Order: sequence, then structure tokens, then C-alpha cells
Amino acid sequence: MRYLPLNDDERAQMRGVIGVDAIDDLFTDVPVDALNPSLDLPDHKGEMEVERIMAGLAARNRAAGAGPFFAGCGAYKHHVPATVDHIIQRSEFLTAYTPYQPEIAQGTLQYLFEFQSQVATLTGMDIANASMYDGSTAAAEAALMARRVTKRNKVICSGGLHPHYAQVIHTNSELIGDTVLEAPTHPEGQGSIADMIDDDTSCIIVQSPDVFGNIRDLSALAEKAHAHGALLVAVVTEAVSLGLLKSPGAQGADIVVAEGQSIGNALNFGGPYVGLFAAREKLVRHMPGRLCGETVDADGQRGYVLTLSTREQHIRRDKATSNICTNSGLCALAFTVHMSLLGGTGLRQLAILNHEAACKTADALAEIDGVEVLNTSFFNEFTVRLPKNAATVVENLAHKGIIAGVPGSRLWPDNADTENLLIVAATEVTTDADIAAFAVALKGELSS
Amino acid sequence: MTMNNQGRPTRPEQTADVLPQTHTGNRALQIEEPLIFEVGDFRGTGVDFPEAEGVPSRLGDFAADDAPALPGLAEPEAMRHFVRLSQKNYAIDTGLFPLGSCTMKHNPRLNEKMARLPGFADVHPLQPQSTVQGAIDVIERVGDWLKELTGMPAVAMSPKAGAHGELCGMMAIKAALIARGEADTRTRVLAPDSAHGTNPATAAQCGFTVDGIPADKTGRVDLEAFKAKLGPDVAAIMVTNPNTCGLFERDIRQLADLVHEAGGYFYCDGANFNAIMAKARPGDLGVDAMHINLHKTFSTPHGGGGPGSGPTVLSDALAPYAPIPFVIHREGRFTLVEDKSDPAAKDSFGRMVAFHGQMGMFVRALTYMLSHGGDGLRQAAEDAVLNANYIQARLKTEMTPAFDGTCMHEALFDDRFLKDTGVGTLDFAKAMIDEGFHPMTMYFPLVVSGAMLIEPTETESKQSIDQFCDALLGLAREAKAGNAEKFKAAPVYAPRRRLDETAAARKPVLKWTAPVDASMAAE
Repeated sequence: MRYLPLNDDERAQMRGVIGVDAIDDLFTDVPVDALNPSLDLPDHKGEMEVERIMAGLAARNRAAGAGPFFAGCGAYKHHVPATVDHIIQRSEFLTAYTPYQPEIAQGTLQYLFEFQSQVATLTGMDIANASMYDGSTAAAEAALMARRVTKRNKVICSGGLHPHYAQVIHTNSELIGDTVLEAPTHPEGQGSIADMIDDDTSCIIVQSPDVFGNIRDLSALAEKAHAHGALLVAVVTEAVSLGLLKSPGAQGADIVVAEGQSIGNALNFGGPYVGLFAAREKLVRHMPGRLCGETVDADGQRGYVLTLSTREQHIRRDKATSNICTNSGLCALAFTVHMSLLGGTGLRQLAILNHEAACKTADALAEIDGVEVLNTSFFNEFTVRLPKNAATVVENLAHKGIIAGVPGSRLWPDNADTENLLIVAATEVTTDADIAAFAVALKGELSS
Repeated sequence: MTMNNQGRPTRPEQTADVLPQTHTGNRALQIEEPLIFEVGDFRGTGVDFPEAEGVPSRLGDFAADDAPALPGLAEPEAMRHFVRLSQKNYAIDTGLFPLGSCTMKHNPRLNEKMARLPGFADVHPLQPQSTVQGAIDVIERVGDWLKELTGMPAVAMSPKAGAHGELCGMMAIKAALIARGEADTRTRVLAPDSAHGTNPATAAQCGFTVDGIPADKTGRVDLEAFKAKLGPDVAAIMVTNPNTCGLFERDIRQLADLVHEAGGYFYCDGANFNAIMAKARPGDLGVDAMHINLHKTFSTPHGGGGPGSGPTVLSDALAPYAPIPFVIHREGRFTLVEDKSDPAAKDSFGRMVAFHGQMGMFVRALTYMLSHGGDGLRQAAEDAVLNANYIQARLKTEMTPAFDGTCMHEALFDDRFLKDTGVGTLDFAKAMIDEGFHPMTMYFPLVVSGAMLIEPTETESKQSIDQFCDALLGLAREAKAGNAEKFKAAPVYAPRRRLDETAAARKPVLKWTAPVDASMAAE
């Protein structure tokens, strides 16, 4: 076994020092009939053979980069500079533990401080934490945080919120007796949750751009929420949009949660991703998750530590702000490296390229008979209504090497109104040739 | 005063005279590095993009006027910045990382290589399922290994971390109680004092009240105290096994039987599963739910705090309530059941995360499982336990084990050996840093005074363990000899000396702000 350094002589020698004859003398606390069960598992394999098996499994998946690709809905295909993956594979980052010994973890702590600073700036908020599991769990934690702040237990989700996010919020909030209401789903972007807000509302949770791609006006909703003593939680599933759109903070959000996968992180079939979580400064002690703060050492030198841990599970136990024990450190590093290469200027350029690709895609699809683009505004994702079942179209185009987008039935399987909807995303990796191939294939599919 | 290119001080003058001064504040390979906000150009970017075409905007009224106020670094600047930061980190590839209850073992690079295959890394979670059969197969295979190793019939793969897996298990228990019509009456969860802090936090997050159980003199759950707390309002007990004292709960079957007789469920925190994998199956011991930390037991890297992955195995009683999505076989292929409207998910408690869990971690874990095989996993557990007991045997001449007898994969010491030396557990740990070791887990578990919990894992050689033991024995002798000053001053050779955590918490500074007198920094 190439990963186990001990040899049998050493094992015998060590047993001698301990004073036992056999290894199972160290397992005597395990009920004897339960010890050493026979298991139906294969024996160990060499590196070459393992590689062959794993490569075989990988080959049964179609990589997003293998052809024209237009799927989004909370996970986006972007280009990641080579520097990012090199840095996150540095042993000292990859194989470090949580920075509980700050004197020898300044590398991790400083980048977490930089990450917090970047996220706070991007979202237009005062403070950010050192990352969450992903955007959806961050949204659920935001609802729980709003409950702690307002001492109310009614959560209202907008109809444009990614349904998976809404489901995660339901799962977490309803466990502790909170009510979660959802506004009706409107692909065209009409309809508002403003009328649902009342004095029992802890927060309204609004995504912009929403799951259909529509850009939502948060300012009016923030005003209405605040008038009733409720918080506005803004959800962003495409972090690149923050390079071009007014920040949620500038529009009055109290808490901003986002999926940070788009910056520095691969698609990974859904994870690991990195949740961004930012808030107004006065809410800091109610925040979940890890925080890194600046301080000085015994010599007066600037340094960084994990701080405000009295909110956390290892101190407060059953009164903690959450049960979270970890963060997405390495994914946050990928975000920070990519973001520090981009800078604000580069992020804006990247966002413009995304928007242009989406505009061109929308125009190309709109020219096809029977295809209707529903959005009046969008960033890099929009929704079209097709004259037939979108899932069938997506499946058929996939056989032709084109991933056409996410069909409505994938997100709302029991909602017939969404069966013909197709949610289409384009990014900076989308080429004119991709768009042309998609349009031709879709046209062919619809006329057949 | 060291200044950056924007006139902002990067570090105050060094006040202590412990170390010789340099003009730069650098110490050879230990180079001071300002924040990216202090080195980067707020108008610059380190990424080359094609020119925009000037397509008319469809953003409505929501376009921002300016780019976000963030600096951009040229690629060489970025490389140097982050490489310098990396050099201020201790890591498992640097040396022994004896954190108890945390399992820092070798991270094989084959795992990383496999996770980066485009067929895994460059796959979208909402692609047609017909185009991701290999990815779904990976989820299925990891689940199969976990079920076989734990002797449990079902597994939920989507939890994103260990604590999230706990939440999954407790949610399943809550859903089962709701189905039994007992959610309103069974409201109390028993959690031993030696439990991980996440356990009570998880129970509370599921709306249960938490009731502690003391440890007995042997460091295990006090059986009599446990019996006294059982009643018709008990929803579950949450036990860590092996527990946080590094000991196997000998009475685990009795605990399981008693809680079952009382109508409650048995949650087992599986954070320490690496000590018993392929040696004993929790399913044979009466467990109803247990999360498994893939990043601990199956060697996916900790990455400075994550990402983790916490699949949760479930008994027959809890399996129907497992979260979506999950894998089933349907019409001759792997199918992810993603919605509660699917008949296969009618009793599911719902969704915990947007997509399918930590696929990147599943690939790493499966790579590790195949590399070890069942035989290797058993050997790994045995070596982990052997190494821990060897450390206990070697150190007990100068240090004080908290409990008698053998331990599992971690050895627990208390602070009795430091009595009257003026050296505390924290001082002792900080002195280890100067010796080139990451400190062990300190002050945990809470049931032991000045606890020091040491976990070597199976990937440490005898030579590295001997070196570690020699250093600790030397420090213990030095403390007893009255050299407390050295310990109080430690660490001396780390990139930073002891940091003022109180000041950090009193007035938190959580982000960089532009210096007021340097207007050029932030525009």
C-alpha cells in the first residue's frame, strides 16, 4: 500500500513498545462479534489501474467544453486563468487545515481577509464572511439570520428565486417552525412580492438577475420591506453580473448571498462551490460562518486571526448562529486569485463580454419561427418559449453535440406552464460559431 | 516604516528585540507581503480580453456607472503575492499535523489529477442526465462503498460537509417523527458533553432542545446518567464513536438498544470513522444515522477549511426520508431523482443544497477507495490506531494520559504534567510551533482539563512519529525544569508571534479600507 509508510517490522516493534501482541488487542473495546466483518470490497489497486477506471467513468460524461454550451441556472461555464489552479494546488494551501493556529496560518488568514474585502466591495455591503458551502445554503442561512435579527418567523421568497434555493430555504426554515411563502412564478418578470410583505415578515428573498434572467429592481422592494421592519435578502447566482450591474447593497439590501462559482471555480457537476455572504455592519454578530479579522502580534506586526468565534458552534453549542463548522476555504482562494487578476476593471470587461454573448444569442434565437424571447432585460441568461416541449428539444440537441440550456421542466417538473420554457445562458466562452450552430440546430429541431 | 507603493504602511515598527532587525522586515525566505489592495492597480487588470463589440445593452436601468473598486494584479504580481502567502502556512505536506478529531492525513495527488479530468470538472449539474451517466455512476459507487463499510442500507450523498451531514441525519429523524405523529412530543435530544460542538448546534437548528450527558470516569458516556435522562420526549441521542476522547464507546449496543426501546433514534457522529473503517460496521452496532467526513476519512484535502463533504448513511427506518437528489436505476440507466413530485421521493424531507453535492470530493474519495481497497482501508485503520497508541506509550513517561488503557486513533493527554510549572496547554502548544510541528488540538474535549488531543493518522512513518515524540518529551522536561519564560514567549520563529485575538474581537476589522490620506488608492 503506497500510502502507508509502516512496514511489518516497525509494526511489531511498535506493538512491543505499547505492550500488545496483536493489533486486535488495541480493538478490544469493539464488541468481539462485530470486529473484522467480511466486506464485499475489492483489494487495493495500483495508480495506473485506478487512473484507468476513473478515466473510464469520466469518459462517460460530456464535458461542457466539448461543444456549444448554453446551460446556466446557478452554475456557469467560464474561463479560469491557469494561475488560479496552480495557486490552489500549492501544498501549503491545498493541504492546510482550518487556521486555528494563526501564527503559522497567515497565508490562509490573509487571503480570507482579502476575500472578505473583495466580496464586501462587489456586493456593496459593509462586511462579508469567509465563505459558505454554496449560494443555496447561504440563502437558507440568510433566512435563519433574518429570524434572529427580527425575531419574526415568516419568510417570503420571490417567484424568480431559483427553485432549488427556495427548496433549501423551505427545508431549513420549516424545521424550526417558520413559514416560507413563495410568490407565483412569472417568467416574463411581472408580478411582485411587495403586496405579500406584512409586519410579521422577517425577510423577503429576491434574486436578481432572477432564475429566468430578468434583472429585478431591488430598491422599491427594500423600501417596502424596511417600512414593515423586514430585511431584504438579495440573491445573486451569477457573480460575474456584479461587474456590470448596480450592486445589491446600493439598492438597499440588508444581506447579500451569492454563488461564487463563476469566479475561479469549475462547474464540477454542482460542487464544490463557494457561497458568498455579506451584510450590513450592524448585523455582524448575527452572521453565520467564519470571519477573519485584522489584529497585531506580540511584536506589533499586523496579522490576521479568526474572530467573533463566540457566535460559532464550538463555543455557543446549542445557541450558535449556525451548526456550520467549516467554510469553502480553497474555493474562496480560487475566487480571490481570479478576482485579484481581474480587478474591478477586468471584471467589468468580463461582464460586458458575457452580456454581449447573451444579447447575440437572444437575437439569433429570436429570429427562429416560433421562438419567443421573454425577457425585457437580462445579463447573461434569458428565457425563451418554444413551440414544443423544451426537455425533448434539449435531449435531441444534446445528441447533436449542443447543450441548449436548461428546460423549465428540469426546475419545475410538476408545472405544465414551464414545459416549453428554455433557459439559455451565454458567457465569455461562447463563440459566434457556437451561437450559429445552436440557432441552426434549434431551427432544424423545431421544423422537424 | 515599511510603505507600499501607495504610501500606506504595511507593518508597524518591530518593537520587541527578540530578533535582529532587517531593513525590509523580511527574514530571508520569510518575506512580508502587503494586501492585494496595497500592491494592485485599481485601474489595471491581469487578464487579457478580446475587445467588446459595442452591442447595445439590455440591462434596463440597472447598469452600474463604474467598475467595482477592486485592484487588478498583473500575472507575475499575483503569482508572487499568493506564493509568498502560501509560505506562511503550515500544511500536511510540510510536516506532521497532529490535530485530534480532525484527521490530517496525506492527500494523494492522484485524487487531484482525477478530479480535474474534464469529464468530471467541466460538467454542468443540469446537463441532460443522458450526458452525465459516468458522473452519476461515481455518486452511486461512493455511496456503495460507504454502505458496505458501514453496514447501512441507504446513504444521502448531498450534504456539503460533516456538520451538514449531521443536519441531514437529524432532519431525517425529525421527518420520521413527523410521520409517526410524534414531532410535537419528542422534542429533546441527548448530547454527551464530549460531543463535537456541532452536535448540539445541529439539534438546536432542527428545533430540538438539547440535554447534555456527562462522561464517566473512563471518558465514555455515563450509562446511568443516560438511562436517567431517557423518556417519552426523547427524539434521539447523538453520540460520537470513537468519541472525542479518542475512545470507543464500549456500551454502544446498550446505548442503541435503550434509546430504541424508549422510542428514540441513534445518531452517531462519524467524524472519527477512520479508526474503525473495515474493522467494525456502525450498522451492526445499532446506529440509525451517521455522517462520514470524506475529507477526513477518505483523504480529500482540507484546503484551509474546506470544501468538505458529509454523506450520511441511514437505517431502513430513516431511508425513506432521505433528501433529494438521490440516484436510482430506472429504465436501464442511472437516474437522479431531483424533485419531490417524483413518486420515489414522496417521503423525502426535501432538498439541502442546490445541486447534487460535492462531486469533486466524490471523485477524490472514490480514487482513494479504489487505491486502498477493502484490505488497505482495514490496514489504514489499524495503522492509525497503532500510531496513536505508540504515541501514548512513548509520551506517558513525561506527559499525563487523560484515561487509562488503549486509545483508538487519537491519544488524549491533560495538563497534570504541567502542574506548578507556570506553563499552560496553550504555551506548550505554541512551543511546538518553534520545533516545527503544528500543535495538537487543545482544550478539547471540554471534559478534560487542559486537554491535548493528538491524532497522528496512518500516513505518518515511525521515524516522523519518533521525532515528534522526542520533541514533546524534550519540551515536557524543559517545562518541568522551570523554563516557563521560553514557553510564554513562543512562538519566536513563526511568521507571526502570538496574535492579539481579544483586540480583533473587541473592534472587528473585517475588510480593507482605503487610507483616508491616500485618495489615489481607491479613487
